[in-house]
Amino acid sequence: MNWENLFALMRNEILLVLAILALILVDLFTPKSKKNYVVHTANVLFFLFMLWSFVPLPEGTLFGGSFVSKPLIGFFKAVMNVGVMLIMLQAVEWVRRELIPQGFASEFYVLLWSSLLGLDFLISSGDFLMFYLGLELSALPVAALAAFEFYRKRSAEAAVKYVLLAAMSSAIMLFGISLIYATSGSIYFDEILHVQQMPLLELVGFMMMVSGVAFKISLVPFHFWTADVYEGAPTVVSNYLSVISKGAAVFILMTLLFVPLRRYEGTWTLMLWILAVLTMFTGNFFALRQQNMKRFLAFSSVAQAGFILLGVIGGNEMAVKTVIYFLLIYIFSNVAAFGVVHVIAMHSGKENIDDYTGLYRTNPRLSLLLMLALFSLAGIPPVAGFFGKFFLYATAANKGYYWLVFIAVVNVTISLYYYLLPVRAAFLRRSENPIPYFKSDIYSKLGFVVLAAGLILIGLYSPLYEYIAQLSQIFQ
Amino acid sequence: MDILTLFVVVPTLTVLALVFTKNLRQARITALAGMLVQLLMAFHLVWKYMNDRAAGATDLMLYVKDKVWFPDWNIHYYIGVDGISVLMIMLTSLIVVAGIFVSWKIDDLPKEFFISLIALATGVFGFFISLDLFTMFVFYEIAVIPMYLLIGIWGSGPREYAAMKLTLMLMGASALLLVAILGIYFHSSPDGHYTFNVLEIAKHANLSPAMQKIFFPLAFIGFGTIGALFPFHTWSPDGHSSAPTAVSMLHAGVLMKLGGYGIFRVAMYLMPQGTVFWTNFFLVLAVIGVVYGAYAAIQQTDLKYINAYSSVSHLGLVLFGLLMLNKVAWNGAMLQSLSHGFITALFFALIGMIYGRTHTRDVRKMRGLLKIIPFIATAYVIAGLANLGLPGFSGFVAEMNIFLGGFLNNSLYKQIMTVLAVSSIVVTAVYILRVVGMMLMGPPKEEHKGLPKAYWYEKTAVYILIFFIAAIGTMPWWWLKFIIPSVENFLKPFM
Repeated sequence: MNWENLFALMRNEILLVLAILALILVDLFTPKSKKNYVVHTANVLFFLFMLWSFVPLPEGTLFGGSFVSKPLIGFFKAVMNVGVMLIMLQAVEWVRRELIPQGFASEFYVLLWSSLLGLDFLISSGDFLMFYLGLELSALPVAALAAFEFYRKRSAEAAVKYVLLAAMSSAIMLFGISLIYATSGSIYFDEILHVQQMPLLELVGFMMMVSGVAFKISLVPFHFWTADVYEGAPTVVSNYLSVISKGAAVFILMTLLFVPLRRYEGTWTLMLWILAVLTMFTGNFFALRQQNMKRFLAFSSVAQAGFILLGVIGGNEMAVKTVIYFLLIYIFSNVAAFGVVHVIAMHSGKENIDDYTGLYRTNPRLSLLLMLALFSLAGIPPVAGFFGKFFLYATAANKGYYWLVFIAVVNVTISLYYYLLPVRAAFLRRSENPIPYFKSDIYSKLGFVVLAAGLILIGLYSPLYEYIAQLSQIFQ
Repeated sequence: MDILTLFVVVPTLTVLALVFTKNLRQARITALAGMLVQLLMAFHLVWKYMNDRAAGATDLMLYVKDKVWFPDWNIHYYIGVDGISVLMIMLTSLIVVAGIFVSWKIDDLPKEFFISLIALATGVFGFFISLDLFTMFVFYEIAVIPMYLLIGIWGSGPREYAAMKLTLMLMGASALLLVAILGIYFHSSPDGHYTFNVLEIAKHANLSPAMQKIFFPLAFIGFGTIGALFPFHTWSPDGHSSAPTAVSMLHAGVLMKLGGYGIFRVAMYLMPQGTVFWTNFFLVLAVIGVVYGAYAAIQQTDLKYINAYSSVSHLGLVLFGLLMLNKVAWNGAMLQSLSHGFITALFFALIGMIYGRTHTRDVRKMRGLLKIIPFIATAYVIAGLANLGLPGFSGFVAEMNIFLGGFLNNSLYKQIMTVLAVSSIVVTAVYILRVVGMMLMGPPKEEHKGLPKAYWYEKTAVYILIFFIAAIGTMPWWWLKFIIPSVENFLKPFM
C-alpha cells in the first residue's frame, strides 16, 4: 500500500479525524470562560473541511476492496458535509446557551463528527466488515447526542430508545451477514455477486441485512423509534438523524441492492414496492394528526423515505441519479424545516403547530422559509422538491410501475394537507398571543439564507442535476 | 429576450419589485404598472400575430423558442403561441388589470396580496405559452398554489375550509395529470428518444390506442377538475364564494380556463383514439354539469354561489363543445372560454362592489339597488343578459356555435345530449332574471339609501370588461380569425 494513495482516497476520513483531534486539543487548552472560541473553531474547521471535500476524489479501492472511492461517493460525502455544516450553523446558539454553561463545548462537535465519520466509511464500504463498522460508528455517537439535554427526561428516553433499537437491528443485521457469509464464503460485495450460492438461505440473510438498513432509513415497519427519538432528542440531533444519517443509509441501500443483490432484483423490487406503499401511507396518516412539530416532521420524514424507494426501485443508473438528486433536495428541505422549528423552540420554548398561529405577522422571514421548506417537502413547483419528486416518479414509471406512481401521487395529495397545516397556522390565522418577534443569531441567519437559496435554485438550475447525472454514469 | 418569455419575466419582476414596497399605495401602483406593461405587451402580441399571419406565416405555432432545460430527461423550455393562446393571454392580462382595480382598497397585508395575485398570473401566462408538457405542468401548479393563500388569508366565510378543499382537489387532479404525462412521455416515442414536446409527440402519433385509453381519462379528469367537470367541480362554488373579489375574477375568468385549454391542447390532441373511445362517457358528465349547474344556481341565495354554479354550467358547455369533435363546436368552445372569462369576471367584480356597500351577498336582503347605485346595477343587468345569451353579447355567439356544432353530429346520441344541454339556456334565464328582479328592481330599502356610487377605479374595471363582452358579441369574426386556423390544425388527428 502506498501512503499517497491512501491519503488521496481516504482524504475525507483522515481530515475529519484530524479535525476531531484538533478540536479536542483546542478545547483542552481553552480556559473555561472562553469556551466560545471552541465553537468558532469548530465551525471554521468544518467549513474548511467542507470546502476541501468538494475537490473530486479519484477512483480506487483500499484494503483489498473493503474501502471504495468513486467520484459519486466523493460528491455525496461533500453533500453530507454541506448538510452537517448547515446543521452546525443552527446549533451554534444552542451550544452557547445550553451546553457551555454545563461545561460542554467540544463534545457535541466531536460526537457529531464521529458519527459523520462513520457514515463516510459506511457509504465507502466495499465489504460487510467496513459496512458494519461504519454503521456502528455512525450510530453510537448519535445515542450520546440524543441524550445531550440530559436534564430533560425525554432526551434521555430518546437516547435509550435509540440505543436499544439500534442494537436490536444491528444484531439482526449481523445475523443476516453471517448467513450470507456462510453461503457465499465472502464478505466482499463484488465477490458475492459472482459466487456460487444457496439462494434461499442467502435471501433470508439479505432480508435480515436490509432490515437493518431499513431501520436507519425508518421504513415501515422499522420506523417505530422515529417519532419518539426525534421528539425527545435535541432538535439539531433530530435534524441530523432525519437527513444525514438517513441519506447515507439510502445510499448504501442502493449499493447493496445494485451490486451484491443484483441477482435478486425480482425479489427486492417486490419487497421495495410493498415497503414503499406501507411507508408512504403510514407516514402520511400518522403525520396528519400530529401537534408537535418535531413529531410531525418525523412522520413526514418517514413518508419521504417511502417516496425515495420509488426511485430506488428503478434499479439502474437512472435510479442512482434521481435518488441522489432527491436526497440533496431533501437535505435542504428538512434542514430548513427543522431549523425553523429549532430557532422558534429555542427562543420561545414552543414547538406545537398551534403555537405558530399568526407567526407570519411577527416573524415573516422565518414563516416564509418554513413555507418554502414545507412546499419543497410536499413537492410544489417552483421549489426544488417538485423536481426531485417528479424525477423519482419518472424513474418508477420508466420501469412500468404506474400503480406505484399512482399510489404515490395520491399520497402526495394526502401529505399536502398536513404540510399546509403549519402554513395555515402561520399565514392564515391571527392570534391574540403570537410568538413575539425575535432576532436569530447571525449563524442561523447565514444558514437560512443558504437554505432558501438552495431550495429555489437546486430545482430551477438544471446543471446541478446534470452534474449528478454525469457522476452517476460512472457509478455503474 | 424573446417576446413570449417576457410574459413570464415581467410578472416575476413585478413580484420582486413588490417585495420592496412598503404600503398599500406603493404596492398597488407597482402591481398596476407591471400589469399595464403586461397588457400593452399582450396587445402588441395580438397585433404582431395578426400581421405575421397576414404576411403568410403558416406555422402551427409562432414565435417558437426552444431551450434545453434538463438535457438528461430531454425537458425543454419550449414555448410558442397560436391564435387561441394569444387570445387567452390577452384575456388574462385584462382580467388581472381589472382585478387590481377592484382590489384598490385592500387593507390587510396589501403587499402580500398583490404578490400572490401576480404569482398566480405568472403561472397562468406560463401555462398558455408553453408547449412542453413538463414546463406546462410546472406553470399549472404555480398557478394553483397561490390560490391557497389568496383565499385563506383574504377570503371571507369558511375561508380555511374553502382554501384547503380547493387546493387539495386541484392538486389531487394534477397528480392524475402527472401520471398521464409520464405515461405519454414513456410510450409516445418511436425510437426510445423520449420527449415532452407536445408538437413532436403529436407528429409521431406513436402512442398506442391501448395506452391512449388508459391515459386519456387521467388527463381529462386532471384538466377537467380545474375546468369544473362534474362531479369534480365541488371545490369551485366553495372557493369562489370565499375568495376575495379579484381572486374570484381571476379564478373564474382565467384559472378555470386552464382546464378546457389543457384538454384541447394535451389530452385530445395527443390521444385522439382515447378521446373517441371515451367521448360518450365524458359527454354525460359534461351535460350533467351543464344542466345541474344551472338548476343549482336557481336554488342559491348567495350571489357568489349563483355565479359559481353558473360557471359550472357554462364551463360544462366548454367541455361539451370540445367533446363534439367538430370545427363549429370547437370554435364555440374557444369563444365560450373567452366570453365566460369576461362575463364572470364582470359578475364577480360587480358582486364585490355590491358586497362592499351593502355588506351582504344574500339576494333576499337587497331590493331596488338600481335606484341607489345605478351604474353598478346597470352593469349587473348587462352581465346577466350577456350570461343568458342575448344576441349582441359574447355569450350568444359562443353558445350558438357550440349547440350548432352539437347538432351537426350524425350520431343520435350526441344530438339528444345537445338537446339536453340546450335546455340549460332556459334555466339560465330563470336564475339571472330572478336575481335582477329581486335585487335590482322594486322600491329600495331604507338602510341602503345613501350608498356611495361607483368610484373611478371600479368604473374602469367595469368598462374594460363590458367593452370586450360587446366586442366578442358584435364582431365574432374578428375573434374567430384567431381561433379557426388553430382549431383546424388540432382537429387533424380526428379526420
